[in-house]
Amino acid sequence: MPTITVTDQSGAVRTFEPMTTGTLMEALREAGFDDILALCGGNRSCATCHVIIDPEFSGRLPDLGDDEDDLLDSSDYRVASSRLSCQIPVTQNLDGLALTIPPEG
Amino acid sequence: MRKHSREVDVLIVGGGQAGAQAAIALRSQKYDGSIEIVGAETDLPYERPPLSKDYLSGAKTLDRILIRPETFWKDRSIRLTLGREVIAIHPDEHTATLDDGSCVRYAYLIWAAGGRARRLGCEGGDLDGVHTLRTRGDADALAADLSSAEHVVIVGGGFIGLEAAAVAAGRGLRVSLFEAQDRLLARMSSNTVSRFYEAEHRRRGVEIRLGVEIERINGRDGRVHSVSLRSGEQIECNLVLVGIGIIPNVAPLEAAGATCSNGVWVDELCRTSLPDIFAIGDCAAHLNRFAGGAVVRLESVQNANDQAITVARVLTGQRQPYDAHPWFWSDQYDLKMQTIGLATGHDATVVRGDPAQRSFSVIYLRDGYIVAIDCINTTKDYVQARKWIGALRRPDLIALNNAEIPISMVPNKEL
Repeated sequence: MPTITVTDQSGAVRTFEPMTTGTLMEALREAGFDDILALCGGNRSCATCHVIIDPEFSGRLPDLGDDEDDLLDSSDYRVASSRLSCQIPVTQNLDGLALTIPPEG
Repeated sequence: MRKHSREVDVLIVGGGQAGAQAAIALRSQKYDGSIEIVGAETDLPYERPPLSKDYLSGAKTLDRILIRPETFWKDRSIRLTLGREVIAIHPDEHTATLDDGSCVRYAYLIWAAGGRARRLGCEGGDLDGVHTLRTRGDADALAADLSSAEHVVIVGGGFIGLEAAAVAAGRGLRVSLFEAQDRLLARMSSNTVSRFYEAEHRRRGVEIRLGVEIERINGRDGRVHSVSLRSGEQIECNLVLVGIGIIPNVAPLEAAGATCSNGVWVDELCRTSLPDIFAIGDCAAHLNRFAGGAVVRLESVQNANDQAITVARVLTGQRQPYDAHPWFWSDQYDLKMQTIGLATGHDATVVRGDPAQRSFSVIYLRDGYIVAIDCINTTKDYVQARKWIGALRRPDLIALNNAEIPISMVPNKEL
């Protein structure tokens, strides 16, 4: 399983190995990152699983989808490497990934 | 103290979206008192929306729709008492009685017991093969029955009925949907949206009949065999799904003296009329600015979550009135409908885009202000419309009607 490093909303940094083969959102939720609300359950209907990927890793991820792109626009904290974590499958490809959970809104 | 009694700082009644989120929000607000959730179902708190979508279709299993993994509740010291119901509340003593006879003394109680599926009152409404869809158990029973069904009758053309129809039709089953009103989604959507979904379901082979009422359900050996309409017509089927709304679960609160009418009444801080008792989620009737100041109950994840946060804030010393934008979604086939705002009391609509292209939005206006928008495969509109909902500015309707102009670029109407 890949190793992922997360900086949460309080600035705390923690590294974990996903237990799931689902999406990055599910992996973060399972690993106890409470900042990830993921209200729509990974359905591309909200943006409450927004994460900011370390730009170095952006190229390893699947392309940004149209709906995902539109939903990310609802966040005041969107940056170029913002993604919805529910749209990123967990694969070995994510090994070494670093991400930040931005504030809500 | 009575026998079998225990004490807890916050007792949450209901382990659905609202109850679970109340506990989660309390802990993320650094609340360190004791918390117990009493839930009627035996499952860990899970998301209800997939029950009529990905869970019913089999695309997602229970572990993928859990609101939090099992370890979370233990790690956060949130006691889960599952498979139990609160049957009585004694507000003066600050105690609640459970159906196992135990008694919990609370400092604060958060009522988040949601509702139960409304059943058909007619003859045959309780036969085997007649389903409702509210809980994981309901979904499992329905899924098992669907696997051997050929002809499915769905009663009710609301979101639950339509989403289940999409799943059943997707499996190649013969599906007939009966709606008492003269259009689908009559309670919440415009005629344009209703007719669009009607046409889509028909295109996928679903038989839709409007303005029809069920007289009775007929059984053979205790199991559904056919449905009789008020017109006298009889339709054979193997399975009936009834999707005609919920009845809020508030009986113990009402018996304890809380003001109730179509749910339990709460103020802007989600307080009931009883001391130290809050109510949130599907069962909480509240005055909503987005409904033009009407008292409404909202059955949505958004409302459950945001009301949970309101109460968690109150209990940690922040009195921030509930005032969140209502939003909602529905998935049917490859159609993603996203709604923001409440269409309640709208007096005009504007359609952006072309329903024939299967990508369009319907904007609901009241006195020239945008009160809601239904977005079908138009996520961009959904995101950009938020700033108009509840805002004190009226859009230029000609620009609004032009799908080439992003909603965020639509100018205000000249006064």
